[in-house]
Amino acid sequence: MSSWWTVAPVALPLAAAALAFALVGQRSAQRVIATLTALALVPLSVALLMRVSQLGIQTAQLGDWPAPFGIAFVADHFSAIMVVITAIMAAATAIYALSDIDPARESLQYHPLFLVLVAGVNGAFLTGDLFNLYVWFEVLLISSFALLTLGNLRNQLEGGLKYVAVNLVSSLLFLASIGIVYGLTGTLNFADLAVALRDAPAGLVTVVAMLFLVAFGIKAAIFPLFFWLPASYHTPPIAISAFFAGMLTKVGVYALIRVFTLLFTHDVAWTHGVLAWLAALTMVIGVLGAAAQNEVHKILSFHIVSQIGYILMGLAIFTPLALAAAVFYLAHNIFAKANLFFIAGMMRRAGGSFDLGRLGGLYKTHLWLALLFIVSAFGLAGFPPLSGFWAKALVVLASLDAGNAWLAATALGVGLLTLYSMTKIWQGAFWAPAPTERAAGESASWPLVVPAVVLAGLTVVLGLASEPFIALANAAAAELMNPDLYIDAVLNGSLGTEVAP
Amino acid sequence: MTSLILRTATRLLLAVLLLFSVFLLLRGHDLPGGGFIGGLVAASALALYALAFGSSAAAALLPVGPRPLMGVGLSAAALAGLLAALAGRPFLTGLWFVQDFGGYTLKLSTPLLFDVGVYLVVVGVVLTMVFGLEDD
Repeated sequence: MSSWWTVAPVALPLAAAALAFALVGQRSAQRVIATLTALALVPLSVALLMRVSQLGIQTAQLGDWPAPFGIAFVADHFSAIMVVITAIMAAATAIYALSDIDPARESLQYHPLFLVLVAGVNGAFLTGDLFNLYVWFEVLLISSFALLTLGNLRNQLEGGLKYVAVNLVSSLLFLASIGIVYGLTGTLNFADLAVALRDAPAGLVTVVAMLFLVAFGIKAAIFPLFFWLPASYHTPPIAISAFFAGMLTKVGVYALIRVFTLLFTHDVAWTHGVLAWLAALTMVIGVLGAAAQNEVHKILSFHIVSQIGYILMGLAIFTPLALAAAVFYLAHNIFAKANLFFIAGMMRRAGGSFDLGRLGGLYKTHLWLALLFIVSAFGLAGFPPLSGFWAKALVVLASLDAGNAWLAATALGVGLLTLYSMTKIWQGAFWAPAPTERAAGESASWPLVVPAVVLAGLTVVLGLASEPFIALANAAAAELMNPDLYIDAVLNGSLGTEVAP
Repeated sequence: MTSLILRTATRLLLAVLLLFSVFLLLRGHDLPGGGFIGGLVAASALALYALAFGSSAAAALLPVGPRPLMGVGLSAAALAGLLAALAGRPFLTGLWFVQDFGGYTLKLSTPLLFDVGVYLVVVGVVLTMVFGLEDD
């Protein structure tokens, strides 16, 4: 039965989505199902992470067909950490959505779509097979496209069109690369593939690696493939934007880290050198783009891009410390970034606009909101003792360790510019005098406040008590740097998975 | 469309097509067929009915609307995967229930339940689209 722990984070939201679809037209029942499922995912995924910590890498072979022939699910530290983060984000978003999603969108099946999205994200994190990774990407792409355009507003359709067109190109590239890999090796199971690629011609493998880099790079919104993101992420309601901002690009980053640690490590000097340049450019361009914006949620959208650069930097340096930094950065960034979106949603309710020119004076009227913002924004920018400080410190430390001073300098410079953007929001929305004619502010209800408080709390906890989390990130990095553990667990461990109680 | 020929032919064809779709569904485990193609045949039978008698008449043939049908189908498929837990096997493992009835063998299985789920989803999806087009 042990395999069920590994499958549960995908099977539960899928089954719940099916049930919610069957209850079409009964909004309150759908709300209950979505919220309870998201909340139940948190203990389930924490249990999975604990099993991984205690028993080693967990695998599940769906339908009892052995690897490499069947559908493999694999949970190592990295996957399990991502699943825990997804669960927390899903729970926070489900609660926030209770207030944020209007009845019209609920009737258009917001709740089942959201559950399918969560299942897709978890599936991508847990799958042990390249083709199934593609399938989960499609699951999350289709549901995210539906969520993005739910409500059919003009700017939503415009953003959605860019989103889906660019992502389809990425999927096509991804699928073509899968075809080449299959032709090259005859297998798509990650573990089996990692073994087979060792004997494949190095030049061809490098070409395929670059194709995957482009395909996943589009999903992860790295330079120069990021332009769809700021064009679309600000259009749907905040609950949807926040989950997208937190999770979706990170699935692309996860896929990059997975393939560039497990599969494509034959020519690190070249492949990871390219990654380093892309990481630096992503950081710089993203932060400059943000500096040019004047609306809260658009500034935040550009910052997603910039932060992806830091995570990519950890992968590019490719040392245990750097990968641990990347994993820690992922966790910190998802919480801080999604929370800033949640808070931006409350700022709009309080001040009637996302536009910094029309906001103002919120510090006087909404002190608690100011405090929440300052924790998340300074957390993102990397103020000690908040989580971003450790994340940035680890990344910079790792690049100095590896003798990569220019990358470290870029990261520090970009950190400063991040702070500039955050202060700009602070200045415009909280300190500037309130505009004379102001749209009537709505008061925030508990479903909006609770997730923001919890996520802000996590930012503080990750910062103040970072040790156990950094230990987890180190464990994840150790596994990533040693692919044989993963290969062994999938190919040899598959016979023994059912023995453990 | 008010063609007498179409209406008469549809009445005859509807039953045959629906029966054929169930035949395809059941035969699908070992031979060409299955829930997807069976569902498409059933949906096209109902789409034909909608063409001849209007979509509201076709919708009245179904016990539930096409959208809940999708949900019921997805739930059936999910249940088929989850049932493996009762036997202590991994997700989606096929479980078989074989019973002899005086010369006839009844074979029930979770793959069949999964296929029934697929069948219902396909009918639901296609009819949602067909009815949607009719309405506009």
